[in-house]
Amino acid sequence: MYDILIIDDETVINEAVTKIAKSEGFKIDSCTNAIDGLKKLEKNQYKVTLCDIMMPEMNGFQLLNEVQSEGINTNVIMITGFSTVENAVKSLHMGAIDFIPKPFTFDELISSISRGLEFYNLQERIKNSQIGKDDDTIIYVPCPPKYMKLGNTSWMYMEYEGAAIIGATDLFLRTIESLSSVELMAVDDILIQGSTCSTLQTEDEMPHNIMAPIGGKIVERNEKLLENFSLLEKDPYFEGWLYRIIPADIEYDKKYLTPCSTDRV
Amino acid sequence: MKRFKQKFNKIALKLIIAVGITTAIIISIYSYFNLHSQNDTLLSEFERHANQLSNTIIKSTRTSMLANDTETTHNIINTIGEDKCIKEVRLFNKSGEIIYSATQSLIGTMVDKKAESCNVCHSSKRALEEVPIDKRSRIFKLYPDSSRIMGLMNPIYNEPSCWEADCHVHPKSKKTLGVLDITMCLKEVDKAQEESTVKLIVFALTSILALSLLIGFFVRKWIDIPVSNLMSATREISAGNLNYSVKDLGNDELGILGRAFNTMTKKLSEARMQLFQSDKMSSLGRLAAGVAHEINNPLTGVLTYSSFLQKRAKNYPEIQEDLNVIVRETKRSREIVKGLLDFARQSVPKKHKVKAREIIDRAVVVVNNQLVLKHIVLERKFDPDLPMITVDADQIQQVFINLIVNASDAIENGDGKIIITTSLTNLLPYGMTQIKTALCPKRHNLIDNDIKIESMPTIKLKAVTSKSSGHINLDPIYGKNRHQYKLQIEPGKDIKASCPRCDISLINDKEQCPKCNSLIYTFESPPYGMFEGCTNNNCDWERWQAIDEGGQKTYVKIIIEDNGDGIQNEDLSRIFEPFFSTKGQKGTGLGLAVIWGIIDNHNGTITVESEIGIGTKFTILLPVT
Repeated sequence: MYDILIIDDETVINEAVTKIAKSEGFKIDSCTNAIDGLKKLEKNQYKVTLCDIMMPEMNGFQLLNEVQSEGINTNVIMITGFSTVENAVKSLHMGAIDFIPKPFTFDELISSISRGLEFYNLQERIKNSQIGKDDDTIIYVPCPPKYMKLGNTSWMYMEYEGAAIIGATDLFLRTIESLSSVELMAVDDILIQGSTCSTLQTEDEMPHNIMAPIGGKIVERNEKLLENFSLLEKDPYFEGWLYRIIPADIEYDKKYLTPCSTDRV
Repeated sequence: MKRFKQKFNKIALKLIIAVGITTAIIISIYSYFNLHSQNDTLLSEFERHANQLSNTIIKSTRTSMLANDTETTHNIINTIGEDKCIKEVRLFNKSGEIIYSATQSLIGTMVDKKAESCNVCHSSKRALEEVPIDKRSRIFKLYPDSSRIMGLMNPIYNEPSCWEADCHVHPKSKKTLGVLDITMCLKEVDKAQEESTVKLIVFALTSILALSLLIGFFVRKWIDIPVSNLMSATREISAGNLNYSVKDLGNDELGILGRAFNTMTKKLSEARMQLFQSDKMSSLGRLAAGVAHEINNPLTGVLTYSSFLQKRAKNYPEIQEDLNVIVRETKRSREIVKGLLDFARQSVPKKHKVKAREIIDRAVVVVNNQLVLKHIVLERKFDPDLPMITVDADQIQQVFINLIVNASDAIENGDGKIIITTSLTNLLPYGMTQIKTALCPKRHNLIDNDIKIESMPTIKLKAVTSKSSGHINLDPIYGKNRHQYKLQIEPGKDIKASCPRCDISLINDKEQCPKCNSLIYTFESPPYGMFEGCTNNNCDWERWQAIDEGGQKTYVKIIIEDNGDGIQNEDLSRIFEPFFSTKGQKGTGLGLAVIWGIIDNHNGTITVESEIGIGTKFTILLPVT
């Protein structure tokens, strides 16, 4: 049982990630192409897989597809040097749990990995609760049926035509421990689907970025959050909303969103 | 051979040959018939002359004949026969006996009635007695190489004086007494004919030659030269020189063709230019993506290791400091690479508070070398008490770099000067503020991105008058009233406005226009409340309470002016359009469009004034918030 598998054709990145992961006490394995990576994934159990997108022979998206169709139990985090929001959105839509643009810092890498590992633990607890154990606690609150979400990170709800509110999912928030602050963008700022719309700081000074589920213009932000960020954890779908925005092209953005009525992990 | 064939294949030569052959045929036919008729006239004239002579002989011998004076008759005949051109004068009686002749030896001999000359009268059994004049002559050659000879028979008819004469040689019953036969040489006639033939041939040849030359000259002038001009133009175009144009070929069809050709080349070159530009942009995008990917991998190595080291070196402040620099600078590189990607897809501004002069100073550092090289003096007139502005410093820096580079490009000869002025200005929102959001009561978006006024999307309303219905596109600038009407409107009349999607009325039924008492339309422009305007197209009343309540807005005004070439008036309105460039091959045409986009993203405005030969002035207003 490994914690992490890193697949990247650049050895320097493999080495750096391996070194950092080991320093944090994670058990890590690595390989330099997706075909070998898939073989490893089929053979061993990895909680988190870090995978580059642009690789020769088989690219990261193809690997992600294989993982999904074969039902391999691992949480894929995409990393790429071609860090466009399109790639980020596509990754989440295809089932990756996170997207880290290259070059990344120690903190960015570790925060994403820790969320991935925590997400794995959550999944295990959900499985256990389904077979009868551990059923006396609420593991997570699924997002309401009329909402839509981008991956498992953020949600959006059309209040009425022309305006939407967006926020972070409970699943995402539960992978973060001990929040210390919330950073919000300003009113009138423009959001692009997949770009970072808010950064949550934890007490260990780790930054956790929330990706915007849809693009548009911010018309209002939840000022209450800045005073009392625990609202976010307490009621992520109602009181803990982040922004009210006027969507730029909701029909286009919707293609990459999943309805919350099918919100099951 | 090939060369000859090529020459022969030229239209001009073909035309000259065709025309030459045609004229040769026509002139030859004409000359032939002309020669013929001339010869005929000459001969008939000669014949008449011979006939006259023959009559003269008969008349002059008449007296001596009547007197039966044989001697005198002989003398007359002999004297006439002495003439050089008269070969023979013979007078024979009805039975064919030669009675008188210029040649003495022939007297008394008989004429062969079967001879060809007698055929005219003696072809049938009974001899003809009256012969028409033109049948009396015959032309023959004594020997094949001698000149032609004309013989003329003239019958001598019986008349009262003949049978009444004392000699009683001829009885009254005879109709024809004898025949006078003269043979004359046609030497003179032949000579004249020959001469005129030579003359005609010379004339024909000269005129064929002259005509061919003349036609050749005009064919060359009107066809050959223009066609070869067009030919060389097509060769140039196919070789890729789209700047080549055919010189003026006159006003005929080829001239029109030449002009059409030039228009076509121009269009082709414009199309290629556009293709080239879009290609340039897409390859720039690909390049950016490639560079981003390639640079990001090594940068990841640097950033992960240095940030990792930074974590571990927390207890060593002196190392920590250096590591902080490495991490910070690597992060900066990351932003630069990201900027490359964002350049291709105008990104969201990352705003924070900065001083305008700091951004300008940073921009100047970047372009300073270029300014020094071109000996351009840059003057900065900064207001020292400016408040901070909330902007994306990198993007605004890009704006200033672009504008300064543009200004220095516009300065060609020495004494170049660029002045950057900053100041604070208070402006009313009326006439300045852009309506960026518009919703109907049922939350339908009224913004129309297809119809723009000054590159800004308009607000689309459905409009119904008593006579027609259609759409109005409202000017997005509060107070400017440059609305576009897509229906017939009656000046001064009310228009009923509604949402184009759900048809819900946008008319405010509680109030009327304070200026003209017409109906008022209203819609929400979140987050700035309701926007109202008068439906009467003659009235300019508009109200945007939330904006008006904000009162005067403070802007930082930055003016960048140069003393360069200036911009043509007709180009001024288009310079903020994407792909519009006055720099030709040098520019991508994206610079000012990107600048406009950046300033607009900051809720600011950019305007331009310019005068040819004096300079250009860009004014940027950025809101102080």
